[in-house]
Parts: sequence; structure tokens; C-alpha cells
Amino acid sequence: MEALFFNADDGYIEAIVRGYRSSILNNTSYINLTQCETLEDVKLQLAASDYGTLLQNESHLSTSMLAQKCLDKLVQEFEYIRAHAVAPLSQFLDYMTYAYMIDNVILLITGTLHERDTHELLDRCHPLGVFDSMPALCVATNVAELYNSVLVETPLAPYFKDCLSAEDLDEMNIEIIRNTLYKAYLEDFYYFSQSFGGPTAEIMSELLQFEADRRSLNITINSFGTELTKDDRAKLFPSIGRLYPEGNLKLAKSDDIDQVKATCDVFLEYRQFFDGSSSTGASKTLEDRFFEYEVHLNKKSFQQQFHYALFYSFLKLKEQEIRNIVWISECISQGQKERINNYIPIF
Amino acid sequence: MSGTSNRLAVFPTRMTLSVMKQKLKGAQTGHSLLKRKSEALTKRFRDIVKKIDDAKRLMGKVMQVASFSLAEVTYITGDIGYQVQESVKNAQFRVRAKQENVSGVMLPAFESYQEGTNANELTGLGRGGQQVQRCKETYIKAVETLVELASLQTAFVILDEVIKLTNRRVNAIEHIIIPRYENTIKFILSELDEQDREEFFRLKKVQGKKKEAAARDTLERESRQAAEGKKVREGGATESVNPSLPQPSDLLGGDDEDVIF
Repeated sequence: MEALFFNADDGYIEAIVRGYRSSILNNTSYINLTQCETLEDVKLQLAASDYGTLLQNESHLSTSMLAQKCLDKLVQEFEYIRAHAVAPLSQFLDYMTYAYMIDNVILLITGTLHERDTHELLDRCHPLGVFDSMPALCVATNVAELYNSVLVETPLAPYFKDCLSAEDLDEMNIEIIRNTLYKAYLEDFYYFSQSFGGPTAEIMSELLQFEADRRSLNITINSFGTELTKDDRAKLFPSIGRLYPEGNLKLAKSDDIDQVKATCDVFLEYRQFFDGSSSTGASKTLEDRFFEYEVHLNKKSFQQQFHYALFYSFLKLKEQEIRNIVWISECISQGQKERINNYIPIF
Repeated sequence: MSGTSNRLAVFPTRMTLSVMKQKLKGAQTGHSLLKRKSEALTKRFRDIVKKIDDAKRLMGKVMQVASFSLAEVTYITGDIGYQVQESVKNAQFRVRAKQENVSGVMLPAFESYQEGTNANELTGLGRGGQQVQRCKETYIKAVETLVELASLQTAFVILDEVIKLTNRRVNAIEHIIIPRYENTIKFILSELDEQDREEFFRLKKVQGKKKEAAARDTLERESRQAAEGKKVREGGATESVNPSLPQPSDLLGGDDEDVIF
């Protein structure tokens, strides 16, 4: 049924996104980029791609500027899609922005806690996570007020339910709040995408489960040797994902990387993450492998038609592309050419 | 004589001569002491220059690694600058200054130490925490190198000044003060010699005059005696019986003219 009516509402947007997808840099472009000696060369190489027009008028190049420009382009594309979307796709797209909203809110809370001028923080917020009442966050002077006056209105309010109590919101807990929110968000997004059924549910479940598992693994590994207790750690694990529930339980009890590895050995796809190198290994880090697998999953979602996961994948792939470009230009500008090939090729 | 301008304005007496000799001796001792100090400082200075060179090279490398690790963090977690800045309340990395004595010169030495807990240990919990920690470690190393370099540089500047000062003193003593004392001593000696010679000459002259006067006296006496003898022979023998009577009065009178003292 899905395929029958899909094009009535979303066919145009899907076509647009597939068009954007073909503008994603391919392997040849990356190889050309890695051959560059200066940022000027990078600009020249990018001129042939979709980014060409963006950099045309820039006389002074820097990696941060490059990153900003690329992000602007992505935001522009995303906003175009968002503007043309109708429900329920528009809601789906909104869900995608919640992740950035969480980051922005956390940023503003951090600023509020330290009584900084939150206006300057607004510039630092991720443009995809901007919401209407965000400037109002600057008005709030303490966290309880922040929640009561501003956050209640935002879609994030339900996620805050789990972690709301004013005394919790001191800076020690900021990271924990962020992760709690993210966990709640992932779960919510997961159930939302499942409500569509069909290929959307199928692909999104795979993507979000991986995202959830990645978070669980990361939190576990990163909390070794910190003040975070095992109970607190367990609370941050999203309750979706393939590791849930027994993998998460094992992770919650892990004390070192080997136990994490043993937990993941059960899952064929995750086993490869720990093969060969340890997480701090020289050539490919665990994060690199996560990125690689994420790209692989996102690429797969373009194989099917008439579903929404494609939009999610497009955003993720584009983000990865920006990371790649920034990485390559960082390597070039810092003269560390030996690590330049650590980018994750997409197509 | 060129030395005349380069000497102290003193009276050439034996007293001043001994004072000058003492001063010269003091200057020579001071010169050798300062020379030794300057040598010690120069040795230290060379060490520091070498260390600075090493530290600068090391810093180049360390900073490169550090900024690259920051690039890694940005690759994985995005911009965390603000978050990190805000979550820090107390400085974990601190610098303590102490002083080191090198041949009487106080050199400040900076010492870095860490204190308190790691404020950012949960940063990047969901993503890239390890990279954040690694980045932090490399930056701590970088700052350590910077601190080391800073203390070396301060020591460098201070030592440079002190060495210049000491060398200036050494040179001043060697080329101005010691020659001046030497010249003064030479001057005093020559003046004293001159005085001696004058005195000697004067005494000689006095003696010569005395001799001359004595000779004239005897001559005069003899001639008078001769004349008197002739008179006696011509006048009568009675007067020649007592010729010595008027003679002493004559002698005294003659003596009175010559003997001044």
C-alpha cells in the first residue's frame, strides 16, 4: 500500500533527495582531494562538486570556514526538503532535528548555569536544531525556570521528564542529562518510525538500533575509570538496539575493553569492530569503524524506494561527507598527510 | 705622557702610594672573581641556549600532534570548545614558580603540576570520549613543554643581562680601573723619585758651597798670615810674638758670614 500512494505526497521530495545524493562526493573526488597540497587546491577540487559555488567568493580559506560553508549548504538543502514536506514526512523530518535540538538545549543550559550571556551562545548552536522559542532560553536565569517557561513548549519536553529535578542540573550532570535525553529521544524516534510500518520501519529500526548500540558501547568504553557508576551507566543505555537487553546488562557490568569485546562477539556485525585493533589502535579506531558501518547502513537505505529512512540516511551521509572534507583539509593544512586516508569513503 | 690623564688626582705621597697599591690588589682580586663568575654564567647560558633549542624543536612537534588530536576530536564529536570551557571551574594544570641560584643570580624556574580532578572526564561520553581524553593528554604535554620553555626563556633573558653586566664590569676593571691605579702608582713613584733626586741634588749643592767657602777661607787665611808675616818681618819682632791673638777673631768673623745654619 505504501508504494501506491507514496508518490502522491512524497515523490517529489524523494526525487530531490536522490538528486542530492548523487552530488555526494565519490571515491575519485576523495582521491583527488587527498592529493592536494594546499587548501587552495582543495577549493579547486571542490569547485567541480556541489560545493563549488559556495567557495567561489572566499579569498581566505580555513578549515573552520570550510566546515561552516559545507554545513550551511547541508542546512539549506535540508530546509528545502523540510519546506516541501507534508505530514507525516514533515514530522519525521522534525524528529531528525530533535537530536540537534538536544545539543543546543544542553549548550544553553551549560551557559545558563555559568551565568554567561546566552546570546552569544545562539551563534554556536547547530542550525538544524534551532527552534522558535530558543532565544527565549536566554531569558531564563535558572534551570527550573528554563524548563517551566521554555522547554515545556518544545518537543523535547517529554524527554526531560526522566531527568528533571532542578538540583540534578548542575554541571557535573550535564553530560549525563545529555545522554539521558538522547536515550529518550532515540527510543521515541524508534517507536515513531515503527509506527509507519513497511520499509520505513524496517530500515529505520536497523539504523536506530545501530545508533543505540553505538551509544551504549561508547558510553561503556568512555566511562571506564571515571566517576560514573555502573548503575548510572546502565541508565544511559537506550532500551532499543540489538544489544538490548542482555548485551546492555553485560555492558553495564563490564570493567574493561575485553569484556565489551566479549559482549559484542555474539553479534556478527559488531564483532568486526573489535577485530584486529583495540579501541585505541593506531590506524583505525573504534569510532572509525562505527562511522564506516553507519555509512554502510545508510548507503543500504538508498537501495529501497518509497520509504522515509532515505531522508535520515541522506542527512547522516552528508554529515559524514562534511566530516571527511574537514578531516582532509585539516590534514592538509597541518601537514599530516600520513593520516589523510582515515576518511570514510561513501560512494 | 698619555698616562697622566688616566690617573687619579692624588698627592704623590708615600701614604697614597700604599693606599693605591692596596686598591690595585683589590681590583685584581675582584677582576679574577668576576671573570670566574662570568665564565660560570656563560657556561650555564650555553646550556640553556642548547636546551631552548631542543625545547623549541620539541614544542613544534608536540604542538603539531596536539592540534592534530584536536582535529581528530572535531572529526568525531564536532565542536566541543564551548562545552569544555564551561565545564571547567578550577584549573587542573597549574604552574609554580621557584628560584634557582646560579653564581649569585636568581633564576626563576617554573614547575608545572596537576591538581584536582579531571573536569572533562565525561565529555564526549556518547561519542568520542576517548579522543577527547587523548586530546587532553596531548595538550597537557604541550603545555608542559611550553612551561619548560617559558622558564628557560626567562632564565635566558636574565642570564643574558647578568652576563653582559658582569662582562662590562670585568672589562671596566681590566681596561680602566687597573690601568688607572697602575698609572697612579707609576706617577707617585716617579714623583717620589723626582723629589729624591731634587733633595739629593740640593744636598750636594749645599755641600759644594760649603766646600767652596772652606777653601776660600783657608786661602784667605793663608794670604793674611803671609802678609802679617811680612809685616812682622818688616815692623818688629814684638808684634809677631803674639800673632794668634787677632787670628781667632778674624776666623770667627769669616765663619759668621758663611755659616748660615
